[in-house]
Amino acid sequence: MFKYFELNKIFFITSKAPKYVLLLFIIVLSIGLTEALLLSPEDYKQSHSVRIMYVHVPAAWISLGIFSIITFLSIFGYIFKIRNFFLISKSLAPSGLVLNIVALVTGSIWGKPTWGTWWAWDARITSMLILVLFYVIYLVAWRIYENKDKVFKITLIITILGIVNIPIIKYSVDWWNTLHQPASINILSKSSIHVSMLFPLLIMTAAFALFSLLIFLMKYNTELIKIKNKGLDRL
Amino acid sequence: MYGRKVKLRFFFVLLILITLILTVSLILKSLEENVLYFKSPTEIKILSNIKEKKIRVGGMVKINSISMKPKEVKFIITDFKNEINIVYSGVVPNLFAEGKGVVAEGYLKDKNFFLATKILAKHDENYMPPEVKAALEEK
Repeated sequence: MFKYFELNKIFFITSKAPKYVLLLFIIVLSIGLTEALLLSPEDYKQSHSVRIMYVHVPAAWISLGIFSIITFLSIFGYIFKIRNFFLISKSLAPSGLVLNIVALVTGSIWGKPTWGTWWAWDARITSMLILVLFYVIYLVAWRIYENKDKVFKITLIITILGIVNIPIIKYSVDWWNTLHQPASINILSKSSIHVSMLFPLLIMTAAFALFSLLIFLMKYNTELIKIKNKGLDRL
Repeated sequence: MYGRKVKLRFFFVLLILITLILTVSLILKSLEENVLYFKSPTEIKILSNIKEKKIRVGGMVKINSISMKPKEVKFIITDFKNEINIVYSGVVPNLFAEGKGVVAEGYLKDKNFFLATKILAKHDENYMPPEVKAALEEK
């Protein structure tokens, strides 16, 4: 059932969908930014610099999420020989990389007034930097290798190596002493972030997810055009 | 249900993943000392020898322990089991306060005395508006 994606049907969606996603993204982003920058309260301790968190945390979440999806798709695509999944992975990676860098940069800007330093080689920050490297290696691999079967295998290996880092990023703050604070949002226990701050955070996360979806659709559309130009009617 | 090849590829990936996870966790376990960004006062207490090397100590600033002089800040870092005295000359970050997290970077003189060259404030995971904080304190 996964083998034969009808190129024309997918292409129809990927060429039409971006403008609706863009519209939705702009709406959600404006609500999110208004909530985060104007309506949400300042923090009792960090005062206004808490607002950096509304960009930092969603960016970090989504970059972790995208890498997990890429790995999952690559493994699934390899086991069941679904070439389309590799193209989806390839199209997802750029926004993951960008958001990963956004998370590091905003973290640095927040760190200076809060901690008193731009950078610390603690487990959380270092493992996030390693994720940037994995994203870069992954994207460079796609550029280097022309041969499709070769590039599928190489990117698969890169994602498998990289996925081990994801739980390390997540639990680094619990396993070791880090300068970075532990997670404020827990699914199983009570969150230590006030609901008036949680709400804009979730909207901003939705906005960033829509942004990633938009970039993905545009990238994926380009991939499909490339296949069309080669005169193939399916993947 | 699935072909032999599909199963083989599945176990191939699974084996690679298990091997990797084991390798990485063993490496991290053996590097534990170096992965820690700072040591707690208790970890300092059980150190066998004091080295002339820059290290970091972290914990809570003990309540009522800060004494500010024009060119010197003295305070105590505690992890509620053990304590260590810190002396620092320089500017402390804005969030540096009693009862809050702190990381001091510098040199250990003996097991109770630490000469800091840099102070970092550690932020905790609590985010709330000032009114909520005030309401909590009233309780």
